[in-house]
Amino acid sequence: MSREVHNGPTDQHEQARGTPYTGAAEGEPQPEPQTLPLDSWHRSKGGRMVEFAGYMMPVQYEGIMAEHLWTRENAGLFDVSHMGQLLIHGPDAESALETILPGDIRGLADRKLRYSLLLDGGGGIIDDLMATRRGSDFYLVVNGATKHGDIEVMRQSLPKDLFVDHMTGQALVALQGPKAVDVLEAIIPGVSDLTFMEGNAFHAFGHPLWISRSGYTGEDGFEISIPAVAVEQLAEALVADERVKPIGLGARDSLRLEAGLPLYGHDLDRDTTPVMAGLTFAIQKRRRAEGGFPGAPRILAELEQGAPQKRVGLDVEGRQPVREGALILDGEGSEIGRVTSGGFSPSLQRPIAMGYVATALAEPGTELKLEQRGKLFDSKIAPMPFVPHRYHRKGA
Amino acid sequence: MTTYFTREHEWVKVDGDTAMVGITDHAQQALGDIVFTEVPEAGKQLAKGQEAAVVESVKAASDVYSPVTGEVIEGNQAVVDDSSLVNRDPEGEGWFFKIRLADAGELDGLMDEGAYRDWVKTL
Repeated sequence: MSREVHNGPTDQHEQARGTPYTGAAEGEPQPEPQTLPLDSWHRSKGGRMVEFAGYMMPVQYEGIMAEHLWTRENAGLFDVSHMGQLLIHGPDAESALETILPGDIRGLADRKLRYSLLLDGGGGIIDDLMATRRGSDFYLVVNGATKHGDIEVMRQSLPKDLFVDHMTGQALVALQGPKAVDVLEAIIPGVSDLTFMEGNAFHAFGHPLWISRSGYTGEDGFEISIPAVAVEQLAEALVADERVKPIGLGARDSLRLEAGLPLYGHDLDRDTTPVMAGLTFAIQKRRRAEGGFPGAPRILAELEQGAPQKRVGLDVEGRQPVREGALILDGEGSEIGRVTSGGFSPSLQRPIAMGYVATALAEPGTELKLEQRGKLFDSKIAPMPFVPHRYHRKGA
Repeated sequence: MTTYFTREHEWVKVDGDTAMVGITDHAQQALGDIVFTEVPEAGKQLAKGQEAAVVESVKAASDVYSPVTGEVIEGNQAVVDDSSLVNRDPEGEGWFFKIRLADAGELDGLMDEGAYRDWVKTL
C-alpha cells in the first residue's frame, strides 16, 4: 500500500515517515500498478497507450511531429508518473548520499536540484537522477524502469537509520516549453520566481505540491509532484489553457535527443562511466578532490587521463534515420562504436543520433560512417545539444 | 480492378497482369509521421514476401514486403521526394511501386477489403 507522504517542504510535524529499512531483502512488497493515475484521462484525450517501464503510457496523441513542435513553441504537458519519487531522510542524509552519488550533496543549497548518478563499485551507472535538498531531507526523482532496483541499492548501501520513502501516492507531471511559465503562473502564482534547477512547495487544488523548474526537453519548464488524487484536476486546468497540449512519450524522446540529453538504458548503463558519458559536470570539485564515491579510483583516473570512449552527437547525411544499435565505423570500415539513440529531429528536419566512439575520434567535425541493416550512411560528429537549451537561468 | 490486402498491412491493386502496391491507412496511422521512404527501382525482381521498400516514421522503421512475385515496373518517386504523402493519401497517391505479376494465383491467399478492415478491428 502506498503511504501518504506530504510533498511540501520539510516539516517535521506534517512529514509522513516511512518504515526504516532493515537492509534485509524483505522490505515492503510493492505490487506494481499497471495503470497510472491519469490513465483514463489520457485515453479521453485520444492518447495511444503503449506499455513502457511496466505501465501503460501515452506514446502520442495527434502525432509525434506536431507534439514535438508544439512543445518547442508553446507548452506541452507530459505525464511522468512512472518515474520514482523518493524521499530520503534521517541523520546526516547528505553525507550518506555522498557514499552512493558522486555529486556535492553537502554543498547543495536548500530547494536546489542537482543532476546526479547512482554508481556501482566499478564506477558504472546504475541510474541517473535529480536530487533536491528540502531542509535536511532529500527528494530524488529516478527513472521508472530502474526505480525498484535503485531502492534496493539504496537500502543495501545507506546506513540503517536512514529512511527511504517511495512516494507511491504522488503523481508527477512536466509542463515544458517557452509558454509553460505564463501558463503555470496563472494557475499557481509564484512559480515564475523559480529559476532553473530550483524548487519550492506550493498549494493548489486543496493539496500541497512540490514544483521545480526543471525537465528533460531542453526547454524552460516545470516538474510538478502532486498527490495522485488531484493530478487529473491539475491536468484539466493546464489543458484548459489553449497554450497547452498533452504530449506523449514519442515526442518526449525526440525532444530530449535534440537537447543532447542521455536516456538511461540506452545512452547510459552499467558499462558506462560518468566520464565516458560526458557527465563530468555531475562530479563537483570537492568530490574530485576527496573521492569517496563508488568507483572513485576508476572515475578519478578517467577524469585525469580521459576515458577510452566518449558519448558524442552525430549528424546523419540524408533523410533516413539511423537508430539505436547501428554500428559506427572509422575510415577503414572498422567498428569503433555503436549508436545508442537515434531518430529524426522534428525541429531540424533531419536525422540525428548519439553514440559512443573512441575518444580520439570524438572531435566535432570528424567524419565517420554508420552502418544500419547493411547500408552505409555518411555522418559527422556534431556538437551537442543539437537544438540550443532554453533554460531559465538566474539573471537571464 | 480489384484490391487485395495482406496481414502485413500492404494493399495490392490489380489491373490485368500489373499491380500497384502501398501500405494501408491503418499502417500509416500506426507508424505516425513518415519521414523517409525507399522504393524499389524498375527492373528489380521481387519474390512474394521479399523486402521491397522501407518506410520510416519519427520513431519506427518498417519494411514493406512485396505481396506478390514479379518484376518492378516503377517505384513512386513522389513518396521518395515527399514521404508525408504516405500519411496524407496512403491508399492513393502514396503508393510505393508497380509490379508485373508473375503468378496471379498468389492473390488467392490475400484478403479482400472487407476481410482486412474487419481483421484490423480485432488488432
